[in-house]
Amino acid sequence: MSKVRVLVGTRKGAFVLTADGKRDKWEVSGPHFAGWEIYHVKGSTADPNRIYASQSSGWFGQIIQRSDDGGENWHQPGTPPGEPLPQWPAKASNKFVYDASADTGKPLTTHQWYDGTQHPWEFKRVWHLEPSLKDPNTVYAGVEDAAIFRSTDGGESWKELSGLRGHGTGPKWQPGAGGMCLHTIILDPSNPQRIYIAISAAGAFRTDDGGKTWKPINRGLRSQYIPDHDAEIGHCVHHVAMNPKRPGVLFMQKHWDVMRSDDAGDNWKEVSGNLPTDFGFVIDVHAHEPETIYVVPIKSDSEHYVHDGKLRVFRSRTGGNEWEALTKGLPQSNCYVNVLRDAMAVDSLDKCGVYFGTSGGQVYVSADAGDSWNPIVRDLPAVLSVEVQTLG
Amino acid sequence: MIRLILPPHLRTLAHVGSEVTLDVEGPVTQRSVLDALEARYPMLRGTIRDHVTLQRRAFLRFFACEEDLSHEPPDAPLPEAVASGKEPFIVIGAIAGG
Repeated sequence: MSKVRVLVGTRKGAFVLTADGKRDKWEVSGPHFAGWEIYHVKGSTADPNRIYASQSSGWFGQIIQRSDDGGENWHQPGTPPGEPLPQWPAKASNKFVYDASADTGKPLTTHQWYDGTQHPWEFKRVWHLEPSLKDPNTVYAGVEDAAIFRSTDGGESWKELSGLRGHGTGPKWQPGAGGMCLHTIILDPSNPQRIYIAISAAGAFRTDDGGKTWKPINRGLRSQYIPDHDAEIGHCVHHVAMNPKRPGVLFMQKHWDVMRSDDAGDNWKEVSGNLPTDFGFVIDVHAHEPETIYVVPIKSDSEHYVHDGKLRVFRSRTGGNEWEALTKGLPQSNCYVNVLRDAMAVDSLDKCGVYFGTSGGQVYVSADAGDSWNPIVRDLPAVLSVEVQTLG
Repeated sequence: MIRLILPPHLRTLAHVGSEVTLDVEGPVTQRSVLDALEARYPMLRGTIRDHVTLQRRAFLRFFACEEDLSHEPPDAPLPEAVASGKEPFIVIGAIAGG
């Protein structure tokens, strides 16, 4: 019997929601790491029992947690569960140090600050954890201030892929309202050397050599909040999604505008079409229909809640431009929640399940590809991220 | 024997109660106490001091003997009452945002 495990990160802890393939009766576990901000929780496709979580706090900084049993027990990698080690470990799972070495790094540069002046890079937190598709001990971390790190020892230690931050445009990167975060990491299943990432507010980038060198892939984006509206760098990309069965076709929710690329990000075209507003954060692709995509339009960048008091997921079955509102089971009056960039996911069951979480603490599931929705939970802390594992 | 009180979230990480006791060799200073704490509880590394600079994290404070010692030099001797174990060294989250 198939099963799904939904991994939810919130402002005050993580929750694990499980159900069988019908997806109508749910068990809720949590809060894990109660009181901490959990920006992201994601499982390995190579070993579904291996799950990584980013735990952070303004007081105590960054912690990485790992489960090797599907989310029942957790530990900080390198520190065995239970009794503490008697001596200093050689590694530290929460040590994210920008590479400033002469051999592989660059002297730490500066990036643009909110007021347009230059500002030094400062590590703040891990926004996104992306486990390798093949090796459960390899995992990538997207961090604020924007950079990508990789661990090859199950999260015990981290090394920056410094070619991204050092490739030359860094001084033009700037923070969005949430900080200068690297929030999206997409691994290409057909080409292990190819990785896509996105940064608010710098744009999207791609490597074709396993992370040594990177190039901006923002041609076709237009943003009125930068002096040169179609500049190579400076766009506030909110999220990028790809159906792993069709690598190279990417969908993007930008600060404003929904975009698609059919050439691995080399060129983008707008597909906002008839959306009521094309501002938003999340975007995702149906697991089996690569032209079926989902967004949740948000009224504006100054209001950050859904349009017209209605929580509506919009679905396009044509790869964009033509959108239909999905409302069955969702509140259609007096609703003013937000849905953040990493807070939507799809499972790979038939029919495809779609999940999203809101700033009001609801996590919704659709077991029929968006036709109808039900709340799994209604009253969690504000949801930061939602991922789903399809098991069995 | 040094007595040290941690804030609740760090007790959870370290799997300890409200107060831990530490043996500190040599002069009893902020640095030597935190070195001993992190050696015994390595999961706390980076949560009180920055990994590289070893600077106190901005939203944490160090109290002892009814005094705020947060801005004392890390190698300054702690009060005798802390060194003797009569009074605890307290790591506490700043009230900002709490």
